[in-house]
Amino acid sequence: MITTEIKESIQSKLGNFVIAVEQHYDFPVYIVKKAHLHEALKTLKEDPELNFHFLTTMCGIHSPENEGAEFGLMYQLHNMPNNWRIRVRAFMSKNDLDVPTVSDIWPSANWQERQEYDFYGFNFTGHPDLRRILNMEEMNYFPMRREYPLEDAWRDDKEDKYFGR
Amino acid sequence: MPANQIAPTEEKQYTYLNLGPTHPATHGIFQNVLKMDGEIIVDSSDQMVGYIHRAFEKIAEHRPYQQIVTLTDRLNYCSSPINNMGWHMTVEKLINCQLPKRAEYMRVIIMELARISDHIVCDAVIGVDSGALTGFTYLFQWREKIYDIFEEICGARLTTNIGRIGGMEREFSETCWKRIRAFLKDFPKALKEFEKLLVRNRIFMDRTVGVGPISGERALEYGFTGPNLRAAGVDYDVRVAQPYSSYQDFEFDIPIGKTGDTYDRFMVRLEEMWQSLRIIEQAVNKMPDGEFHAHVPDFYLPNKEDVYSKMEALIYHFKIVMGEQDVPKGEVYHAVEGANGELGFYLISDGGRTPYRMHIRRPCFIYYQAYPEMIRGSLISDAILTLSSMNVIAGELDA
Repeated sequence: MITTEIKESIQSKLGNFVIAVEQHYDFPVYIVKKAHLHEALKTLKEDPELNFHFLTTMCGIHSPENEGAEFGLMYQLHNMPNNWRIRVRAFMSKNDLDVPTVSDIWPSANWQERQEYDFYGFNFTGHPDLRRILNMEEMNYFPMRREYPLEDAWRDDKEDKYFGR
Repeated sequence: MPANQIAPTEEKQYTYLNLGPTHPATHGIFQNVLKMDGEIIVDSSDQMVGYIHRAFEKIAEHRPYQQIVTLTDRLNYCSSPINNMGWHMTVEKLINCQLPKRAEYMRVIIMELARISDHIVCDAVIGVDSGALTGFTYLFQWREKIYDIFEEICGARLTTNIGRIGGMEREFSETCWKRIRAFLKDFPKALKEFEKLLVRNRIFMDRTVGVGPISGERALEYGFTGPNLRAAGVDYDVRVAQPYSSYQDFEFDIPIGKTGDTYDRFMVRLEEMWQSLRIIEQAVNKMPDGEFHAHVPDFYLPNKEDVYSKMEALIYHFKIVMGEQDVPKGEVYHAVEGANGELGFYLISDGGRTPYRMHIRRPCFIYYQAYPEMIRGSLISDAILTLSSMNVIAGELDA
């Protein structure tokens, strides 16, 4: 289980990368600045005491109501020998979607970043092969963004108001 | 150079072979373009997935929490009860709901039956891809028995939608218990027959030992979890690392392999079937008495008699069916040990009737990236066997 000493150790090793620390259910969440994201994640992986060697998952999020921090990325890290799990989040504005890739740290991030590019349009700089993975290559919009509706525009039988948001 | 001499070409020419998307050996719809130097595969230059992408993450933002279970059915459709339970447990974690022991034990029985069902598919199909169809034919009869049990519990065979937020929808019927006990009694014999057919079979071992290996470190870097990771030697099982649904009450072993090749993956899944049988037997024997659901009137439908006679029950029923329940705000991640690995649900709720963001950590999607590395330097038949031993299920790959 992740103890307070470990949390303090993470805090001290990440230093001024961390903007905020939150606790959501059983996960400590570290909000870092996007500029320091790559270095923070690299420290978390390579530090011999912290050893967050496993990238469990990553995903993007679009919250248009947060001005200046509309897009966000979440990385979940796991230290299997000690069974510590943390979450790292970074937020960015919609005009600045360049994020350094972490596929050089964890190869499993390769396709996951392609998926987030496909869904939200994050531009992962340094990614070996950044193209759409689940949708068609010809698609010219990013479907998971909030402005794009779930159903096709010309269907009048599936109005959003009958089904919820 | 004289006119009758042919100039030798300097550069090597490779053949590009298209494996898929519709191919009887790729179980599901995904395409691999193999770059071959004669018979040896040099690289898999293009892996195309997404033929069955159904936008679950987008749909989930528009559906109330009870309706998302039907989406999770269709992820790893060979073992859909595990996906259902994973989602239920995520929402229960969000609303801080504790289940009675009986409900948790019932869930364990269903999840382990689903795991056996998925491993039957994978192991029998490894046999089929190497030419041994008998194991498949005989073992799938037992998969029908598992489907009979699921049908008795929830009415459906494949897309089960089992359970509700807060427990199970109904108590197991007498027929259901009879079928589970009959399965526990008769399946070991069939599994032993299957073992005798393939485990020390000279031809099968020649085809699978040393085929598609991956080391433990490389597997961890690629995000492997589940039987594929355990075959590579790393004993990570979500049921043991972060126990959920009373798995800590049960005694079971975790089989691990050594080299991470196809034979190890086959054997790990086979041994896991035996361990699942052990867990089901313990759950059936130690089944505690009690309720089959927790007391969460905001999410769990009340009895019909109460709905027709009591006012509160009527209001709760109305709110649940219309999807207008109050959900706490928060972000939660919960993982279950799916048949292919750590199936995780990341849920952000903003208090509304639908999730704000739902992200599914799909094990197949993450470990399929390693496929080109695993088949580099092997023959096509080895590539086919590696693919079927990795148990790539298209529903989970694309979601």
